[in-house]
Amino acid sequence: MALLEVDDLSVTFARRGQRTVHAVDGVSFSVDAGEVVGLVGESGCGKSVTSLAIMGLLPRQPGLRVGGRAVFDGTDLLQLDDRSRRDIRGRDVAMIFQDPLSSLNPVIPIGLQVTEVLTRHRGMKGEAAQKEAADLLDRVGIPDPRRRLKEYPHQLSGGMRQRALIAMAVACQPRLLIADEPTTALDVTIQAQILELLKELVRDSGTALVMITHDLGVVAGMCDTINVLYAGRVVETARRRPLFREPRHPYTVGLLGSVPRLDAGRGERLNPIPGSVRDVLAWPDGCAFAPRCTRRIDECVGAPPELTLTYDGRSYRCVNPPPVPGTPPPAATDAGAPEPATGGPVPAPREEEKP
Amino acid sequence: MTESDILVEVRDLKVHFPIKRGLILDRVVGHVKAVDGVDLSIPRGKTYGLVGESGCGKSTLGRALLQLTPPTGGEVRFDGVELTTLAAGKLRTMRRRMQMIFQDPMSSLDPRQNVESILTEGLQTHGIGTDRDDRRRIIGETLDAVGLPRWALSRYPHEFSGGQRQRIGIARALVLGPELIVADEPVSALDVSIQAQVVNLLDELQDNLGLTYLVIAHDLAVVKHISDVVGVMYLGALVEEAPSDRLYSEPLHPYTRALMSAVPVPDPDVEDRRERILLAGDLPSPANPPSGCRFHTRCPWAQPTRCADERPALREIGGSRVACHFAERIATGELRPHKVSAQIVRPEGEGEDPAVVSAPTEPGSYV
Ligand SMILES: Nc1ncnc2c1ncn2[C@@H]1O[C@H](COP(=O)(O)OP(=O)(O)OP(=O)(O)O)[C@@H](O)[C@H]1O
Ligand SMILES: Nc1ncnc2c1ncn2[C@@H]1O[C@H](COP(=O)(O)OP(=O)(O)OP(=O)(O)O)[C@@H](O)[C@H]1O
Ligand code: SF4
Ligand code: SF4
Ligand SMILES: [Mg+2]
Ligand SMILES: [Mg+2]
Repeated sequence: MALLEVDDLSVTFARRGQRTVHAVDGVSFSVDAGEVVGLVGESGCGKSVTSLAIMGLLPRQPGLRVGGRAVFDGTDLLQLDDRSRRDIRGRDVAMIFQDPLSSLNPVIPIGLQVTEVLTRHRGMKGEAAQKEAADLLDRVGIPDPRRRLKEYPHQLSGGMRQRALIAMAVACQPRLLIADEPTTALDVTIQAQILELLKELVRDSGTALVMITHDLGVVAGMCDTINVLYAGRVVETARRRPLFREPRHPYTVGLLGSVPRLDAGRGERLNPIPGSVRDVLAWPDGCAFAPRCTRRIDECVGAPPELTLTYDGRSYRCVNPPPVPGTPPPAATDAGAPEPATGGPVPAPREEEKP
Repeated sequence: MTESDILVEVRDLKVHFPIKRGLILDRVVGHVKAVDGVDLSIPRGKTYGLVGESGCGKSTLGRALLQLTPPTGGEVRFDGVELTTLAAGKLRTMRRRMQMIFQDPMSSLDPRQNVESILTEGLQTHGIGTDRDDRRRIIGETLDAVGLPRWALSRYPHEFSGGQRQRIGIARALVLGPELIVADEPVSALDVSIQAQVVNLLDELQDNLGLTYLVIAHDLAVVKHISDVVGVMYLGALVEEAPSDRLYSEPLHPYTRALMSAVPVPDPDVEDRRERILLAGDLPSPANPPSGCRFHTRCPWAQPTRCADERPALREIGGSRVACHFAERIATGELRPHKVSAQIVRPEGEGEDPAVVSAPTEPGSYV
């Protein structure tokens, strides 16, 4: 039984006079105790909305609809009332955000913000709480922690603030930590420090981690299982090595071909994905990636591609996946493999506006 | 390499910004040494990449090179012409030959101008094209070159996606027929899949038009991919300059080593095998840089002699240029890294009382 089981989660934002936004469209994934699970995808694919929905932190706006389930240790987080949700949040499940300044209170000293968490969830008070807070700051690598406790968030650098936030998040030894692009705003040497810190925390405390990022390098280095999102859907799930070695979804293949690698030589052109995420089908059914996909066939646009399960927990949503390197393609896909992007019901991939 | 193969030559370039205090900001209390003595040259038709962490002075160097920010000292020679002492009129004619593209295409494009008028403006300013038809032809060719359709001409910037806007930004630079393009973070605002399109476009344009690039970015993988030579900056100065392949395979400066080891590679096998050199603490403030070698407060190889009080000059070592007193002995493994304890670095404006800020509205965001 997984620690967190997200099942068919969907989030829609409706606004009068505007098209309804399906920010998250039937997302399912699971996180085992102590596991590091990645959610990767480009801007707007629904990573943050997914995590906010699980945490119950979506802005209460009219037109917001959340469906599906997010079962954490037997309780559906989506069904909780505010009170019990607050209890779970911080104690069992904690979250860190890209911008630590927006989640630290600017007018309260760091120390008070950490001890408050300790008091609320662990009942610690006074000198004991102070000591524990200083220990926590020390543990996340903040120098001279006793002094830092009295300081305000704006007196710390971005990297130190992110550490302070991590200290607060792990203060109660949560069983699940959700990190939404925790290093995107930081320089690469500071990113390395923070990622190392997160890895260490996970290793030492057995906390499960959901790592949200757009950086394939980050997931390659730390995730056990990776979910690739496109346009609000999980299009591929795989363990770390299989995903990078033999990606099965054309979008994953495309992403991997798009990123320049530090360890590759100068010269070769990259293989970008044509078009942009703003290219959408005129109708909601069918594969959302179809307007940009070079392997598209007629079946792709009729109905949403079914999830194909293979061995070892792998799954992908594609009716015409690229063959696994080294194996002959099965006869069915062989026959169906078309010339990419000719005629058909969908316009050719192009980077064009569809306002 | 002969003189004429070098398009841009920068000597001891300095840009110092005064730090002003007082009620009417009339007191200069110090200087931010954003660029503090940089030497570099860019061969014609090649790409020079500039990397380094936020605030190390990359953008300032790029702007000073184009004379968009007046340098405090030093020389910039473009195709043999010294720019820092050039009269304003002459500089303007030179400007046509050196163009800049920016990180955020949206903020650098006037939202009220359609694409045609954005592109025509530059042509008119520089008196390019004999008549309207001629300008139309030039613009048409430019659109083809950057892969934008003709119907784009009548549209406005907001009607385009991020990648297309960057193409417009590139077209605006390209339409003037420049020889040098300074690209400041040209892809960092773009999605991964779109980044690759723009990177390929820049590569193609260079092949077809023989352009010379100075590419500034904090993404090392991108810079390494498109550059022939890469310069690594730390606190206003170059610490290493090397052919881009060598930078990853044989980094010589301790900072370059740390930087290279910190960049995640999208390959689990590589990630698992790699040795990370984790730097302690934050980047020191350029207003108050450390003495001696500016990296000595974070350098795992720092030595008790020289490092803290003698600023290392860039020296040639086996085809690279390196600013480290001990580079050779670090390369042979004779000197071993040691643990460095983190030092606290204050963000700008430190010591002031917390301003009254409205608390964030996101419920429960205080974890
Ligand atoms: N409050 C909201 N009202 C309406 N639409 C929203 C709201 N929040 C998010 N969206 C939309 O939901 C979609 C998913 O957004 P989300 O923030 O989850 O993307 P993301 O994957 O986190 O992207 P990024 O990498 O840019 O952070 C987007 O199209 C976004 O515009
Ligand atoms: N006009 C200015 N006035 C005063 N200080 C400035 C000015 N422009 C830049 N600086 C300072 O000079 C230093 C270098 O800035 P610069 O923008 O060149 O860095 P950068 O390497 O481009 O960083 P980033 O990666 O964040 O773009 C910074 O400390 C910055 O605060
Ligand atoms: S092959 Fe079809 S189903 Fe698969 S990603 Fe391409 S368009 Fe979608
Ligand atoms: S000069 Fe000293 S402190 Fe500077 S990089 Fe070399 S070893 Fe490190
Ligand atoms: Mg997000
Ligand atoms: Mg900059």
